[in-house]
Amino acid sequence: MSALKLKKGSTSHSAYNLRPTFSDVVEKHTLAVLVENEPGVLARVIGLFSGRGYNIESLTVAEVDHQGHLSRITIVTTGTPQVIEQIKAQLGRIVSVHEVHDLTVEGPSVERELAMFKVSGKGDKRVEALRLADIFRANVVDSTLETFVFEITGAPEKIDAFADLMRPLGLTQVARTGVAALPRGD
Amino acid sequence: MTRQMTGAKMVVQALIDQGVDTVFGYPGGAVLPIYDEVFQQNSIKHILVRHEQGAVHAAEGYARATGKPGVCLVTSGPGATNAVTGLTDALMDSIPIIVLTGQVPTFMIGSDAFQEADTVGITRPCTKHNWLVKETDALSGVLHEAFHVATAGRPGPVLVDIPKDVQFATGNYQTKKPSTSHYKPQIKGDMEAITELVAAIETAKRPVFYTGGGVINSGPAASQLLRELVEATGFPITSTLMGLGSYPASGDKWIGMLGMHGLYEANMVMHDCDLMINIGARFDDRITGRIDAFSPNSIKAHVDIDPSSINKVIKADIPIVGDVAHVLEDVLKVWKSRGRKTNDGAVSKWWGQINEWKTVDCLKFEQKGKTIKPQYALSRLEALTKDHDRYICTEVGQHQMWAAQYLNFEDPNRWMTSGGLGTMGYGFPASIGVQMGHPDALVINVAGEASWLMNMQELGTAMQFNLPVKQFILNNERLGMVRQWQELLHGERYSHSWSESLPDFVKLAEAFGAKGIICSDPDDLDDAILEMINYDGPVLFDCLVEKHENCFPMIPSGKAHNEMLLGEADTQGVIDAKGSVLV
Ligand SMILES: Cc1ncc(C[n+]2csc(CCOP(=O)(O)OP(=O)(O)O)c2C)c(N)n1
Ligand SMILES: [Mg+2]
Repeated sequence: MSALKLKKGSTSHSAYNLRPTFSDVVEKHTLAVLVENEPGVLARVIGLFSGRGYNIESLTVAEVDHQGHLSRITIVTTGTPQVIEQIKAQLGRIVSVHEVHDLTVEGPSVERELAMFKVSGKGDKRVEALRLADIFRANVVDSTLETFVFEITGAPEKIDAFADLMRPLGLTQVARTGVAALPRGD
Repeated sequence: MTRQMTGAKMVVQALIDQGVDTVFGYPGGAVLPIYDEVFQQNSIKHILVRHEQGAVHAAEGYARATGKPGVCLVTSGPGATNAVTGLTDALMDSIPIIVLTGQVPTFMIGSDAFQEADTVGITRPCTKHNWLVKETDALSGVLHEAFHVATAGRPGPVLVDIPKDVQFATGNYQTKKPSTSHYKPQIKGDMEAITELVAAIETAKRPVFYTGGGVINSGPAASQLLRELVEATGFPITSTLMGLGSYPASGDKWIGMLGMHGLYEANMVMHDCDLMINIGARFDDRITGRIDAFSPNSIKAHVDIDPSSINKVIKADIPIVGDVAHVLEDVLKVWKSRGRKTNDGAVSKWWGQINEWKTVDCLKFEQKGKTIKPQYALSRLEALTKDHDRYICTEVGQHQMWAAQYLNFEDPNRWMTSGGLGTMGYGFPASIGVQMGHPDALVINVAGEASWLMNMQELGTAMQFNLPVKQFILNNERLGMVRQWQELLHGERYSHSWSESLPDFVKLAEAFGAKGIICSDPDDLDDAILEMINYDGPVLFDCLVEKHENCFPMIPSGKAHNEMLLGEADTQGVIDAKGSVLV
C-alpha cells in the first residue's frame, strides 16, 4: 500500500491509494494531520473520531508554523486497513485540514513520547528505581525523601517498559504527552 | 477593493455580491441589525417562514430546484437550534445551503446570556464547515468563503455565527474575488482509472449504470453527458432515490429506481450484473441490502467527488475521484477514441433477461371498489400533471416511496425528497423554496398526513407570499411506513402508529385562507386533481386512501437484492431476528 498524501479536499488523492485490501487484521497507524490553527479545529478532529466510532490511542497537538497558521496533530489510531483508509479520507474532508500523512506507510519515521513518573518508596526499592532510571536514561526532575519524579523520552514501547518496571517499586502517578512523530530522511 | 461599513450591512452586501435573490429567515434579538439592513434594501427578497426548520428546508428546496445555494437567516439560541434538523438533512443529502445565525455579543459569549447557545459547537457535526466570526473585519471574507465551501466539491450546509456587536461595528468590506481558499477538491478524474473503466465497458456482458444524487449536484452538463453515454453504450441504467431525473424515465434504457422499495428488475440487474458503474451514488444501506450478498459477481467502478465515499461500504475495483461531469466527459472521450466498442451480443442477451424480469410488472395494482388506492392516486396525479412544468417534493413514509415509483422524472432538479435523513416535515417547506425559485411552475408536495402536520405552520408562509404550492396528502390516517414495519416485524402490534385526532384538512386550509379539497371516491379523483392544478393559490388536498396498503416491492432488512417481497403473499415470517435489529 503506498502512501496516502491527502491534501486539501484530497486533491492529490491518486486512485491507486484507494485500493486497500479488505482485511480483518487490526493495524496501528500514526497519522500526522496539518490543520489550520483556528478555534474549534481540534474539536472537529476529535468529533470525527467519536462520531464515527474510530479509536484514538494518543493525540498530541501544537502550533508548528506560526506564520502559516498551522498546527500539527499527531494521532495514533487502530483499525482494519479499510477503517484506516476511511479515517484518512474523512480527515481529508474536514475543511480546516490541509494535509494528512500516514507515517506508518509513508516510509520510515521516528516516534517519541515524553512521560513523567512519580515513584515513592524507601530503602532498596528507592535505590533500585534510581538504578533502572539510569539504564533507561530517565532524569530525576524532582525528589523528596520519599519520592522521585522521573522524566523519560522515547518510543512509546520504551516508556511502557519503564512503567512496567517502576510499578512494583512504588509507581504512584504517570503523565504522558502522547506521540510526536516525523518521517525520517527527506 | 475594500469599503467601510457595518457588519450588518456587510451581510446584505455579501449576499448581493454572491448573487443571492432570496433569503428564508426569522428574526430575533441577535439578528436585529441585519434585519434592519434587510429592511433598507430591495435586491434580496426575504421570506418570513413560521419556524426556523421551515427556513432551512425551504432553502434546501430552493437549492435543489435551482442549482444555486439556498440562504437562511435566523437568530441565536432557539433560532439556531431549530435549524439543526435542516442542517443535518442538507448534510446527508449534500445540499449547498448557507445558514447565518445571530449570536450574543462577543463579550457575553460563555456567560449563559439570554438566548445564547454554543451554535458552532452544536452544528459542528451537522455542517460541512462553520465559523464564529469575532471581528467585523473578518466577516466579509468568511461570508464569501462560506459560499465557496458550501458549493465546491461535494456540496453541503455551512453556518456562519455572527455576534451582535460584530454586526454593529464598522469594518473593511472585501468584495468577492476568486477564492484563495486552500479548499480545492479534486475535479478531474485519474485518466488511468478512467481508461480502466472504458476497457471494462468494452467487454462487459451484463453492465449497469447505477447513478445517484451526485449526477444532479454536478449540474445539468452531467445529466447531459450521462444521457449521451447511456444512449451510446446501450447499457441499462438505474438510479437511487436521490438521482431520479438525471436520466429520463421515458428513456428506453431506464429500468427504474433501485433499492429497498426499488423495482424488481432494477434490483435483479444490480444483483446479477458483471459491471456496475456507480456514478455519484454512495452504496447507502437502502441500496445495498445485505452487504455480503450485494452484487456478488460484478466489477465495481465508483465515481465520486468525495474520496471518503469510496471503499466506505463496498470495495471499489475501479475508484475514480472527481466531479461527475468532468469524469463522464473523459470517459466518453476515451471510449470514442478507442472505437466505441461494447460487447453487443452479450449486452443484447442481457437486455433479453432484463425484459423478462420486467414482465413481473412489480408495480401493478388493481383499483377496485370505492376506496382510492395510493398507487392509483399517484398514477392519476402523474397522468394529469406530467405535461406541466412540474416540480415534486415529498415528505417521508410510504407516500414518498410510492411517489418515487409512480411519478416519472424526465429532468434533473425536479424531485426534492429527504433521502439520507428521512425527515418528516421536509416536503412542505421545501415546496415553498422550490416555488420561490420557479414562481410559474406547478409545485406539488406529495405528503403523508402525519408528516405534513410536522411543518403545517408554513401554510401561513405560502399564503403571505402568494406561493401556489399544492399539498397532495395521501391520507391513510396512519404512520403508514411505521405501521408496515410493525406488521412485518412486530407481530402486527401497532404501537402508536395511528394518526389520531386529525384535523379537518379542508377547514384547516380555509382557516389560513387557502383552498381545501377532500376526495375519497376514485371516480371523483381526476376532477379533484384538476381543480387543484387550476386553482391559483395554495391548495391542501386531502386524498383519503386505503389505510392498510403496504409498499412493495420491498427488500426486507438483512436480505439480498434477489430476495425481494413483491406483495402481501410473500410477507410471512420474512425478516429474521438479525434483520429486525436493522432500521
Ligand atoms: C421527524 C421524523 N420522525 C419520525 C420518523 C419515522 N417515520 C418514518 S415514516 C413515518 C410515518 C409517516 O407517516 P405519514 O407522513 O402519514 O406517511 P405514510 O407512511 O402514512 O405515507 C415515521 C413516523 C421520521 N422519518 N421523521
Ligand atoms: Mg399516513
